[in-house]
Amino acid sequence: MGDARVTPASVSGKDKIVETVVGAARASYGRLVALLAARDGDLAGSEDALSEAFAAALETWPKRGIPTNPDAWLLTTARNRLINAHRHEAVKLRGMDEILRRMDAPSAAQEPIPDQRLALMFVCAHPAIQEDIRTPLMLQTILGLDAAQIASAFLISPTTMGQRLVRAKAKIKAAGIGFKIPDLDALPERLEDVLSAIYAAFGTSFDAVEGSDDRNISLAEEAIFLARLLVSLMPQEPEALGLLALMLYVDARKAARWGPDGDFVPLKDQDATLWERAKIIEAEDLLVRASKLNRLGRFQIEAAIQSIHIQAPITGTTNWAALRSFHELLLTHRPSIGAFVSYAAVLQAMGQGRSALDVLFSLDAGDVSTYQPYWVTLAAAHRACDEGDAAAAAMERAIGLTENPHVRAFLLREREG
Amino acid sequence: MQFMLIMNETEAERNKRNDPAEAGAYWGGWTAFVQAIQQAGIVINGDGLQPPQTATTLRIRDGKRVVQDGPFADTKEQLGGYFVIEVSDLDAALEWAAKSPAASGGSIEIRPIMPPPPQG
Repeated sequence: MGDARVTPASVSGKDKIVETVVGAARASYGRLVALLAARDGDLAGSEDALSEAFAAALETWPKRGIPTNPDAWLLTTARNRLINAHRHEAVKLRGMDEILRRMDAPSAAQEPIPDQRLALMFVCAHPAIQEDIRTPLMLQTILGLDAAQIASAFLISPTTMGQRLVRAKAKIKAAGIGFKIPDLDALPERLEDVLSAIYAAFGTSFDAVEGSDDRNISLAEEAIFLARLLVSLMPQEPEALGLLALMLYVDARKAARWGPDGDFVPLKDQDATLWERAKIIEAEDLLVRASKLNRLGRFQIEAAIQSIHIQAPITGTTNWAALRSFHELLLTHRPSIGAFVSYAAVLQAMGQGRSALDVLFSLDAGDVSTYQPYWVTLAAAHRACDEGDAAAAAMERAIGLTENPHVRAFLLREREG
Repeated sequence: MQFMLIMNETEAERNKRNDPAEAGAYWGGWTAFVQAIQQAGIVINGDGLQPPQTATTLRIRDGKRVVQDGPFADTKEQLGGYFVIEVSDLDAALEWAAKSPAASGGSIEIRPIMPPPPQG
């Protein structure tokens, strides 16, 4: 960020200032919100104060130049707004003056502000906060996404999303949820909540189920950013490493998932040369790091499953036996509907259609009635057992439950055979 | 709670109905969606409509009846059909709207059904 002051008047200088403010907003939003809110738990107030500070920067910086330490300037301005808003609560903000003094020292011009974002992540994914609002809270407070963007990704009306976010923030303050990393005994469970909240922004991927719906969550980049942040703040947590690895494996194949006309391309037909090697190598490294920490968990297993899929084009064959073992392991760690359906899909692909049907029929009818990957897998398993009518009925249901138009077109083509 | 899913289609999407290359996928997608939403047991009512050029629009102005060929307004997207569904809340209605082929080939407006006016 700009350590040189630019001449205010020039047009290019003004562009540069807007760029700097936008850059600061992207890079520092979560950091600044976390630091402001850690004082008294007032997330909503902190966000308001910070957006006023960004507005003030757009107003002031073109006239007076970019300050030496933009983050310190933004923090000071936001802090002053907060004090003006709650004069009687100024005492609580006193600790921040010390931080600002250190940042203002000439030697510390580029010293990063203390990072409270990990604590903020644990606040957002706190068990007292309703599960379906944890991910939106994280996206808003750490990345600064607005309610309308988040609402679209999660298929909720922007008004409703805005209200839920406001209520959740009020709850954090009113319930006195502390801005801290949980104690060691509570940490594993609380961390799993944080990881799940991040993964929910990514959207699930069912490579085992050929033609499972691709629900356009479109926040994959944001989810990867959050996972990277978590890994940098907790480098010794194998499940955080596993989650990042899992998402990188899936994201690496993004370009190969859709053909030139936007057609859906199932995993086995994908052009592996379109996969992003750098992401795959990074994922492999993360998975190795995680395994050395000797604490296996759901995300490491799912990443390992991805790793096997990725190796198929290299070795020329899919290691189904290993896939099956990992899916069984996943079921012991986290027996979700998705895990059962993926397991059935693996069995079906291994030529065990009957066993696949047994697994699928063991699931609760109410849980699967609108679960698209279930119907896709059921159709494939029936077809493998030469039960044409049942396969056609399941396929019809799968198509009717598909949201992504390209996946729908793929399934319609499959049905015509 | 009852909602109407008002499904609008673009002309390009609607023309697929009679295009030999596209009709199979068009009707296949709709038939599957209609069956899935029916099987969910939430449908109160629903119909697809003939294209907008079959419409006739009537107004009474200054005591005179004005009858006009075509839909009431010439817009990019036109009403193609509707469902009235009974679901728990707006989120559930949005879930179903997203699965409809009209979501990618037009738009869907989701409106709560008005309760009967108070008797008095």
